Amino acid sequence: QVALLDIDICGPSIPKMMGLEGEQVHQSGSGWSPVYVEENLGVMSVGFLLSSPDDAVIWRGPKKNGLIKQFLRDVDWGEIDYLIVDTPPGTSDEHLSIVQYLSATHIDGAVIITTPQEVSLQDVRKEINFCHKVKLPVIGVVENMSGFICPKCKNESQIFPPTTGGAEKMCQNLNVSLLGKVPLDPQIGKSCDKGQSFLSEAPESPATLSYRNIIQRIQEYCDQRHFQEEKII
Amino acid sequence: FLPERSNLAGVRHILLVLSGKGGVGKSTISTELALSLRHSGKKVGILDVDLCGPSIPRMFRVQDNDVHQCDSGWVPVFVDQDKSISLMSIGFLLEKPDDAVVWRGPKKNALIKQFVADVAWGDLDFLIVDTPPGTSDEHISTVEALRPYKPLGAILVTTPQAVSVGDVRRELTFCKKTGLQVLGIVENMSGFVCPHCSECTNIFSKGGGEELAKHAGVPFLGCVPLDPQLSQSLEEGRDFIQEFPKSSAFPALAHIAQQILDGTSQQSS
Repeated sequence: QVALLDIDICGPSIPKMMGLEGEQVHQSGSGWSPVYVEENLGVMSVGFLLSSPDDAVIWRGPKKNGLIKQFLRDVDWGEIDYLIVDTPPGTSDEHLSIVQYLSATHIDGAVIITTPQEVSLQDVRKEINFCHKVKLPVIGVVENMSGFICPKCKNESQIFPPTTGGAEKMCQNLNVSLLGKVPLDPQIGKSCDKGQSFLSEAPESPATLSYRNIIQRIQEYCDQRHFQEEKII
Repeated sequence: FLPERSNLAGVRHILLVLSGKGGVGKSTISTELALSLRHSGKKVGILDVDLCGPSIPRMFRVQDNDVHQCDSGWVPVFVDQDKSISLMSIGFLLEKPDDAVVWRGPKKNALIKQFVADVAWGDLDFLIVDTPPGTSDEHISTVEALRPYKPLGAILVTTPQAVSVGDVRRELTFCKKTGLQVLGIVENMSGFVCPHCSECTNIFSKGGGEELAKHAGVPFLGCVPLDPQLSQSLEEGRDFIQEFPKSSAFPALAHIAQQILDGTSQQSS
């Protein structure tokens, strides 16, 4: 049972990617109900509260924090195995707030996404520092857009070159896990635009294999932590 | 308070580079636009108001520089001896490059006000303001602080896919609501030409930026393809416009700069 919470208040992409554009949130006695993609996958995003695709959420920090609090407090998620929180780029209000509001419960950790170039890594190192500052465990790093294989000649191009060793070197230096590398695949963008599951649409893609390996490692990490906690109890 | 007496008094044109979406190439476009304008003989400044992820210093290979003060405020960092491009970014103020700026809105707003008012730019033809993604504190504060100086307008950057365009639509609304003129939309990462066999693949789809410009009634400034030589130049802080005029992204980037120049010369006449 999975819940996906989109706290990118200014740029909510999740509804479109999940094929849920145009859906609305319903209220009941027990709170807001998430929008369900499948019986076991519920989603919440500010995207569902906007009436037009042109509506802009032009809010300063405090108002964004208020909505994030509501998402956590007022949404009737039910019993869930995984709550995945998608965040905007940065190390600001949204990030501080989500960690603060979830501090009463436990957060397994953060998965950090980068692309291979230094221009991206230099920001991601800051994000890892942020995690250390707020005592958020880092499950690991994913290197996205990691190479492109031309469909015609099958040669690989490094469109976003890892000039300083990519995520691999950074992870070694910072002692965090590299969960995996996901190559560029035009089908990923297409599936997201159409709101379809890339994993189902392109099961043979090398990117699908990468995603599945990464997801498995994340699940193993979470299972291990639960096991450790149960041992303590 | 007199705009004529301020640190921005010598700046002829101010333009913002915006996007709703992260990772679409705002800083890249800001950098390449500055380099192109420099090659047309203009003096350019870049104000980097992305406080959490300041990318501009590294793109000019000056990430290790310090910022100094003078009587009128902060002295911007010049990228070379010509002094034709100057920069200001929080990147120069960090003790260590990996230090995270973990600030809430009010603190970010205070620094942005300072960045707008207290950098001694001197005489510039263009001040390019590079922003983080979104429509929040940084954007509201920057537009408010710049309002007395009548910015030329904003360039919006998107990648071709619908997921990106969906956020940029909201940025267009932001511009409308804050009275910021939209100079045009750039469709970045638009196609990749394989250097081995010349096959073109639309890795991030194609056409979304152009369609949005048409739908919104704003100018379309062009498609910039994915270009590993461009990515490499940015990594190394090199002058792509000077060093790679035959590269696939060059014509599009030069064309964007030309349209900006044409727009400003039309304004003066």
